Amino acid sequence: MNNFHYSRAADVADAIRLLAADPDAKLIAGGTNLIDLMKENVERPSGLIDISRLPLRKLEETADGSLRIGALVPNSDLAYHPLIEQRYPLLASAILAGASAQLRNMASVGGNLMQRTRCAYFYDTATPCNKRNPGSGCSAIDGLNRNHAILGTSPSCIATNPSDMSVALAALGALVHVAGPSGERTIALADFHRLPGDKPHLDTNLGTGEIIIAIELPPLGFAQNYSYLKIRDRLSYAFALVSVAAALELEGNAISQARIALGGVAHKPWRSLEAEAALRGQAATADHFSHAADLLLAGATARAHNGFKIELARRAIVRTLTQAANATPQSQAHKKIA
Amino acid sequence: MAQASHQMPERIPVNLVVNGTNRDLDLAPWTTLLDALRDHLGMTGTKKGCDHGQCGACTVLVDGRRVNSCLTLAVMKDGAEITTIEGLAEDATLHPLQQAFIDHDAFQCGYCTPGQICSAAGLLAEGHAKDADEIRELMSGNLCRCGAYPNIVAAIQQAMGRP
Repeated sequence: MNNFHYSRAADVADAIRLLAADPDAKLIAGGTNLIDLMKENVERPSGLIDISRLPLRKLEETADGSLRIGALVPNSDLAYHPLIEQRYPLLASAILAGASAQLRNMASVGGNLMQRTRCAYFYDTATPCNKRNPGSGCSAIDGLNRNHAILGTSPSCIATNPSDMSVALAALGALVHVAGPSGERTIALADFHRLPGDKPHLDTNLGTGEIIIAIELPPLGFAQNYSYLKIRDRLSYAFALVSVAAALELEGNAISQARIALGGVAHKPWRSLEAEAALRGQAATADHFSHAADLLLAGATARAHNGFKIELARRAIVRTLTQAANATPQSQAHKKIA
Repeated sequence: MAQASHQMPERIPVNLVVNGTNRDLDLAPWTTLLDALRDHLGMTGTKKGCDHGQCGACTVLVDGRRVNSCLTLAVMKDGAEITTIEGLAEDATLHPLQQAFIDHDAFQCGYCTPGQICSAAGLLAEGHAKDADEIRELMSGNLCRCGAYPNIVAAIQQAMGRP
């Protein structure tokens, strides 16, 4: 780890000031990803601005029935919060599918959104990586790319976003509240993470000097018909090869609303509004789920080692939608897939 | 402070209440809680395994919650209460988890054991694990290269008072 200056922000405005005064500094909350990357010399901030003591730990119901979650709420507290368990069980399930109990105790909601890719070349400072060192090239495209993206890739980068939480937030249509030198603004979660394009060093559309202060969940929580299915190389404590967050509103057997988001397949949680529209008004059957999977995976591209993900994702989408329709969500503790 | 990068590494006063005892330290900001415990306080019960949050050997309780001390900066925990494996027994009486690990032979080499036991203490306090599958899932952040998992689960079940 490089040497750095440590400062502790007194409030959000102070954090924004400190960040503006030292653009090479980074905010730190839980630190679970940043400290690891600093030990690997992938991140070398000039300073760390400790925001962990800021008063951003509240869950508040708003007048319109939304739920506003402070950016520093630990992942574990969020997953087990009664309001999340009751109204947004898809989010609880996705959080509990990720990391370990210790890491979930440490990691903040805002930090989870800022997780960087687990691409092995991004971590390996001896290899070229456009995300770590812009312009140096991508080692994964012609390298070992079994874990890499099949959707939304670019010639510069085929890394995936590792977050489970973000996949559920994408399906739920969450909003991200941020504050910066020019005030506060709201970013739809769908627009928070970005595709790599020719700037893969940028994971998100968070502006320079901005800090996440809260996320907001819209009133519709899909608490009856949902499931989060994560497929990985071991049954716990591993990143997704493919994950699916599915949420349905049913009237009888007819789908009135559908949300599907994929993890492990792209640089951001992957949704297809076309696939969701195609399910509306249809019966909740495997045929329709399969058609939605085709639409979600349109344009999926295999590299040398990750072609299996396309069929894996297709089957996982159908399975997860079936779990959601049957109100038999995937348990994250009892691993048998319903 | 502004010129500190051209001087000796800056030191920051840090107070930790370790197993009930006030400890005052002057630490470089990049000192992890794990290194503060082991190298600055000489408390080597907490183990360094991977040093990257992947193995759980460094698990301690911070204000009662289990965390990976290797991914925690000590300076960020100024004023916190830290419980390590050295702090679980009460005088001559082992903590029920320590006794259960002995009763069930829940280790071979023992290197992961302090982290396993501190993690299990956190698990019991959290109260979310009700059966063996849930114990396995919520202990997945603690690896045991000897493969003592079945006995670790049995030991935790004993300490939980559940079959």
